[in-house]
Order: sequence, then structure tokens, then C-alpha cells
Amino acid sequence: MSLYHLQKFLYELNRDDSVKEKYHSDLDALLSQFDLSAEENNALREGDIGLLYVLGVNGQILMHFAALLGIEWFDYLEMMREGINKYGSVRAGVYAMTGGGESYTAEGKEQ
Amino acid sequence: MSLVYAGVLSHAPGITGRADLVKNTEKRDEFYAALDKQRQEIEDSGAEALIVIAAEHFANFFMNNMPAYCIGIGNRYEGPIEDPAWLKIDKTDVPGSPDLATRLTKEVMKTVDTAYAEEWKFDHGIMIPLNFLTPRYDMPIIPVNINCQGPPLTPLNRAWEFGAALRRACDSVPEKVALVGTGGISHWPATPDSGKINEPWDREFLDSLMNQDKEALLRYTDEETYNEAGQGGFEIRTYIAAAAAAKGKGELQFYTGELPIFAVGCTVAKFSISG
Ligand SMILES: [Fe+2]
Repeated sequence: MSLYHLQKFLYELNRDDSVKEKYHSDLDALLSQFDLSAEENNALREGDIGLLYVLGVNGQILMHFAALLGIEWFDYLEMMREGINKYGSVRAGVYAMTGGGESYTAEGKEQ
Repeated sequence: MSLVYAGVLSHAPGITGRADLVKNTEKRDEFYAALDKQRQEIEDSGAEALIVIAAEHFANFFMNNMPAYCIGIGNRYEGPIEDPAWLKIDKTDVPGSPDLATRLTKEVMKTVDTAYAEEWKFDHGIMIPLNFLTPRYDMPIIPVNINCQGPPLTPLNRAWEFGAALRRACDSVPEKVALVGTGGISHWPATPDSGKINEPWDREFLDSLMNQDKEALLRYTDEETYNEAGQGGFEIRTYIAAAAAAKGKGELQFYTGELPIFAVGCTVAKFSISG
């Protein structure tokens, strides 16, 4: 597990425009700078929000990555729920999952 | 002089970013009106600078170096770090107040070992408050952070002491200073449970906060808070620090749990400043 490095990568990406540029222009070189497992690498490459959540990425970091990928809010919430269904409970990180089945936003239910 | 205004307000990114998705637009507009009233009160106080006690969300600090407390002493700040289209707040420059902030920091350091920073990128945790309170970005801002994200988190009694230290610092300078604490109460932001709000928990906390019930405020454990109020509940530290700075009782000007799309119980309150 290298959850620290996975989150560090997303932290740098979220706050630094030059890292965002590199993300688009040379993702391989960028990812090679971080000590990531194959699973983490793939999750980042594929934008697998559900898996990233299950791997334990803090939502405050993850939601910005989702925004960068152009994922709409309700889709983002749904992808985390799907991730839990597919991969099981959150495996690590500060915030163990406290729920994940229900939708609490009336606006989302209607979509 | 001194502290001339103290209050608290919510800062969830949905407050601007998802404004268009709100169904209960009447409630939303009531909330915005309460925020605008807070802006007016801060302006009427004659404040020359605004301290924002925030709970940043990995915009500046990561787990390699996570200060429990930090005060911004920079000349200018930039924000938001978020995509402006996502947050619906344009990227902007915000004036700082290096000389005043440095004097305040020195005074705080007499009792609390705060970190300080000349460089600081604002995330939604500060940009949402500024969007409503200083919409022209013309008031010097002193960002202050309490780590509410990356445990180990500072104990609540220390957050109280930090607020008290900020008050002593404000009282030691000739400038008129306003202060807001911005946090969430119960919320589960950016998780599948986003939109969940524990209104009874919020109201009990706010009651204690408005009544300056220090004992009740400091009794919460992180474990209880996490179970009943989510990871977002850790941000009560900013509210507690604001109460400790104000010393006077509070007036809850707005609260609703009816805007789940904003993913937090939306709150606006002010304190009286007492000796
Ligand atoms: Fe927050």
C-alpha cells in the first residue's frame, strides 16, 4: 500500500497548474515520480473514482480529481457507491466508510 | 482596540458551486441574505482586516508537514485552487496584511506555538466566505488554519486556547480587526454520504456555542464526533476558536438542515465581543 503517495500525487495535481499540464501532456513521467502500486496506477489512469475511494483517498482530495475529469457531482457520488459495491469497503485511510448506500440529496434522487 | 466583530459561517463548496441545483430556492436565498447581513455587520464594525479561521482541505498542507495551527503573513494570496467553473468563483488575488499578521502571530506565539506562512493558496474553505463577506476582495485578509483534516488533530481545548490567544493578539494591536470562524458542523462532505446532516446534533452544538458553554463544547471526543457528525464534524474546531476569541454570547442568525445539496447544515451567527 502506498496510500500516502497516491494522495500526495492528487494533492499536487489539485493545487498546481503546472502539474495539471504535465498530467495532460506526459502522464507516464508524472506518475513515475510517485511510489504507486500497479492498482493505484491503473485507478489513476482510468479515472476509477470508485476504486480510489475504496483505496482510502480522502474525499476532500478525490472530489477535485473528479472535477478535473469533468465528472458531474451526482455521478461522482454514484461512482463512490459503485466502487463500494464492486470492490468492497474502504480499505485504508483516515476515514473508514460510514455509509454509502443511501442518497441524501433530494436533488440527486430526481436526476 | 482590537477585535470589533466575531462570527461564524459555513463554507461548503456547494454553497456557490451547486447553487443552481437547489430545489428549495427560498431557503437558499434566505441563507444568502443572512450571509449578506454578516457582510454588512463586518463593514459597519469598521474592521480594517478580516481574520478567517478556516479548516483547509489539502490546498497547502499535506501529511508530510501538517501544522496544527497556521497564520498567513503573506502580502497577497490566490484562490480558489478549485476549478472556477466547478466552484463558480473566479480565480482572484486577495490582499493580505503582512505587518498586522506578523504582529498578531508574535503575540499568539506567547501562548500557542503557531506556524506561519507567507505563501497560501485559498480553497473553498476561505473563498466561499470571502465570496459573500468581501465580494470585492478589497479587505485585507489574514488566513488562519486549524488542521481539521489530517489526524492527529489538535484537541478541542487547544483550539479554544488558540482562539483565546488570537483574541489577546487582536487586543494588542491598534487596528480594528474582524474575525470569522468557518467550518462545518455535522457533515460527510465529498463521500457517498454527502448531504447527510444530523440536525439535532448541530442544534445542540450551536446551543452550546451561542451560550459560551465551554465545558459542553470541549466535551466532544473525535470518536463521537466522527460517528455522529461525520469527518466534517472535526471542523467544529474553527467555531470553538471563534467563540473563545469573542468571549461574549452568540446569536444564531441562520441555520437550516434543509439544503442537503450544500452538504452541510448552513449556519450564520455572530458573537458579542466581551471583555
Ligand atoms: Fe470544510
